[in-house]
Amino acid sequence: MNITVKLFATFRTGRFVTQECEYPEGTTVASIVETLGIPENDLGIMLVNSRHVALNHKLSNGDTLAIFPLLGGG
Amino acid sequence: MDKIARIDMGAPGGPKVTVGGLGEYAGLGGRAMTSLVVAAEVHPLAHPLGAENKLVIAPGMLSGTTGSMTGRLSVGCKSPLTGTIKESNAGGQAAQVLARLGYAAVILEGKPEGDDLYKIIINKDGIQVIVDNSLKLLDNYPLVEKLRAEYGDKVAYMSIGSAGERKLLAASIACTDPELRPTRHCGRGGVGAVMGAKRVKAIIIDDAGMKMRPPKDPDKYRDANRKFVEGLRKHPVTGEGLPAYGTNVLTNVLNEAGGYPSYNFKDGQFAGSNNLSGETQAALEIQRGGLATHGCHRGCVIQCSGVYNDKDGHYLTKQPEYETVWSHGGHCGIDDLDTVAHLDFLDDNIGVDTIEMGVTIGVAMDAGIIEFGDKAGAIRLVEEVQKGTPLGRVLGSGAAITGKVFGVERVPVVKDQALPAYDPRPIQGIGVTYATTTQGADHTAGYAIATNILKVGGDVDPLKPEGQVELSRNLQIATAAIDSTGMCLFIAFAIMDQPETFQALLDMLGSFHGITMTGDDVVALGKKVLSAERDFNTRAGFTKHHDRLPRFFYNEPVAPHNQVFSVPDEELDTLFNW
Repeated sequence: MNITVKLFATFRTGRFVTQECEYPEGTTVASIVETLGIPENDLGIMLVNSRHVALNHKLSNGDTLAIFPLLGGG
Repeated sequence: MDKIARIDMGAPGGPKVTVGGLGEYAGLGGRAMTSLVVAAEVHPLAHPLGAENKLVIAPGMLSGTTGSMTGRLSVGCKSPLTGTIKESNAGGQAAQVLARLGYAAVILEGKPEGDDLYKIIINKDGIQVIVDNSLKLLDNYPLVEKLRAEYGDKVAYMSIGSAGERKLLAASIACTDPELRPTRHCGRGGVGAVMGAKRVKAIIIDDAGMKMRPPKDPDKYRDANRKFVEGLRKHPVTGEGLPAYGTNVLTNVLNEAGGYPSYNFKDGQFAGSNNLSGETQAALEIQRGGLATHGCHRGCVIQCSGVYNDKDGHYLTKQPEYETVWSHGGHCGIDDLDTVAHLDFLDDNIGVDTIEMGVTIGVAMDAGIIEFGDKAGAIRLVEEVQKGTPLGRVLGSGAAITGKVFGVERVPVVKDQALPAYDPRPIQGIGVTYATTTQGADHTAGYAIATNILKVGGDVDPLKPEGQVELSRNLQIATAAIDSTGMCLFIAFAIMDQPETFQALLDMLGSFHGITMTGDDVVALGKKVLSAERDFNTRAGFTKHHDRLPRFFYNEPVAPHNQVFSVPDEELDTLFNW
């Protein structure tokens, strides 16, 4: 299935901004995070199609996954 | 900080300065000082631009010490924009310098007859109030440049631009940063108009010959400050994200989460967001020889600001904040950082609140005065404010006035103050804060974005109404307390997540005053401030019916979540029950 992965802030360093990739059915957020070499401790929020998800969330074909480190501002 | 100065600008024969003890205000600072003075001393039905209103200027409880992050200055009054009580705080150098001179508050009272314009000089020898009509209608950058020629670079300047002199409702009070740039503003609520009504153009604060304020227990204070700084440096938000990208790192977060209001709150996402993002902005600043990391006052370890140069490498403005980039950017359908930076410079120079000004331009676009996305048009409209034309005066009086004048229905305000950069339909917690805060729509009053979206300090689902009132209540209490300490609110990201960093803050407060501070004491302080503010607003005529969002947030679902604001009115009405 086709997933669009978007990375932000420090997660872009040495990786990419946006990438479309084929993943096997049943792929979870956790497995993509692991593939990207992002340590779990560095994770802030993950959004799939603009909704917050947990690491064990299973992705569907056509999903957009956005991965952020812990951020703040305001 | 053992004295309060009162300057009666309307005294017979000219302004009169009286310096007295702290009295019933002993131990207060920042927002606690400004709000308790205004609540006790200003008639709630006073005209905000009249002699009965007071402008209270107060450094925080820890300002002027060796403690880091203690440089926030609070300004309070009855707001001409909202009609409520108002506290607006800013960074820059003023709080530290004023605190070292020993003033827990400087209170501008009364109103002079005639057209004379005054400057106030505060130094170790006392306070002088001097007529200086050569400053008339100077905007903040040329004003500070002129004052520097006379008073030098080792002082802090507070000033109003032409907007404050014209008593426009979006007018701010500028504070200079360490490089003497008038970039840190008490922005919200028209506090600059109150200073202008009192005919005070500038306050020059010179702490030459003064020392750091000494703690009661210096060893414990030093130790607590060290732990506090360690905590800020190790938290990813205060130690990495904010220094590297500034507050504008939020553009991509809010856009991805569908809570980024665009085209005057018609959509929850913006196609041009990447061009406006903190990541793009930081890279551009570095590429042009500016700075992506900069502190707004000495002693800041977060360094969330920066310096934005133009394409030729010349200073244009400080790094525009997230809310500024949003209000002049996506809200107006503009995706160009150079345009946003130009508008940020104009706002700082004229002396208007960047949130109010940007939201107003978007409302003007909705009225058809210019098209959404019209970059040159947006600059032209702000230049109208600078010139003081009739159109400029309308726009400079904010979104509510502009909406009324031009017959716009979709006007994003609460108590006539413009909503900031977070849509309350997909982020229900911030909607509760907008609706209920004593200040008119304000994100900082109870920053539910942290918990709803960023998942710092807890996790409450942004899309559901459940739990939002309790969340906002707790944040509003904590914020009122932090705003009283002189600490930058951004310390909250670290103290909410790290108990040892919160303890270090308590130890700083306790060891400075020679007492023991607990979390309960902080909560009690926050409640005391909010209760005084709420009581003032009640006496000023505000009821529960004012604690609501504009109707379109209840009637018009917004993409991508297609939700409306759904926290029940009865729940909103319980926010201040304690």
